[in-house]
Amino acid sequence: MGFWACCDNCAMSTAPMQNPPKPQSLTDLFVSFTLLALQGFGGVLAVVQRELVEKKRWMTREEFIDDWAVAQIMPGPNVVNLSLMIGARSFGLKGALAALAGMLTVPLVIVLLLALVYAQFAGHPGVAGALRGMGAVAAGLIAATGLKLFGALLKNVLGLRLCIGLGIACFVAIALFRWPLAYVLLGLGGLACSMAYQKLKP
Amino acid sequence: MNEPIHLVFGLQDWFSLFFHYLTLSLLSIGGAITTAPDMHRFLVDQQHWLTDEQFNASIAIAQAAPGPNVLFVALLGWNVGLNAGGMLTGLLGVFLSLLGILIPSTVLTYAAAQWGHRNRGMRAVRAFKQGMAPIVVALLIATGWILASANGSALKDWPVWLLTGMTAVVVWKTRLHLLWLLSAGALLGWYGLV
Repeated sequence: MGFWACCDNCAMSTAPMQNPPKPQSLTDLFVSFTLLALQGFGGVLAVVQRELVEKKRWMTREEFIDDWAVAQIMPGPNVVNLSLMIGARSFGLKGALAALAGMLTVPLVIVLLLALVYAQFAGHPGVAGALRGMGAVAAGLIAATGLKLFGALLKNVLGLRLCIGLGIACFVAIALFRWPLAYVLLGLGGLACSMAYQKLKP
Repeated sequence: MNEPIHLVFGLQDWFSLFFHYLTLSLLSIGGAITTAPDMHRFLVDQQHWLTDEQFNASIAIAQAAPGPNVLFVALLGWNVGLNAGGMLTGLLGVFLSLLGILIPSTVLTYAAAQWGHRNRGMRAVRAFKQGMAPIVVALLIATGWILASANGSALKDWPVWLLTGMTAVVVWKTRLHLLWLLSAGALLGWYGLV
């Protein structure tokens, strides 16, 4: 413990690892992921990276980036996918389920309790206003996640102009025309993937 | 303000709720939040199972609470269930929505994770990653837009848009903890400023 504690703040895991730390048991996985989830207000990803890579060292930075790429490509909540894969690394399917349960169970109870508390006061104009304000902030947060990821498009094989064109088409279809997501993903997404396939010609 | 909704839910309606989430699960590339516009279209516009206020409150409460943001799906199910009866149907709604949104994607992810690791270099895998990237980015921005416009789309609602826009810039450019922003939004709303 002491050894790892001395470089809690290291961003890179450069130390050679003979016996990389692993979760001890399914309970360890469950408790660890519960604690991670409870620290994550408005997004758990940053907490997962800090705790599991930098503090607990259950995985290297490289392993984390690999898993995160897959978690993003696959459908489903990214952080849920990520915990599933991290749990599976040590204990297979059981580990995946333990990590998943840790990530969801206690936060679910908390969010339902919050909703109940909210319902008691929903009639109060201040509460309705507060929720309205928080809703506006939440909208901004989600848009900002998109803006943050925009940087990743600079290296995209499609080229920046094509990316922006596809992005605008997608935005117009979803946000302005309110078309069903399935059509947009299959149509525009399929088009984008086949263009990328062409560009990646070996 | 919309009128409260009182629903009479049959087996078919519960099934249709569950089935809709099963489908959305497979489409939720980039996170469950990217399917929020479709959930809004289905739950509010098409089925009239939820009011706009309930939809937005579900997302705002889930954002304010710790844990993965996908829990907003549980709250949407909770509110549909409440509209269809009471606490018990509410819990049924939570159960069906959360299982629906999670089962297909987690099974698929579990199966594909190792395959993806082994075939990272394959052309089709790389084409999928590269092709979907601009779509995923645009979907996130579109989701922010839809949430902001549900709060109000008229010119007199400009403070809401301003708050959303400023939040987006602050989150994008700084590492300020989200709790400060949510608190600021709550305070501004409490005093009727947005």
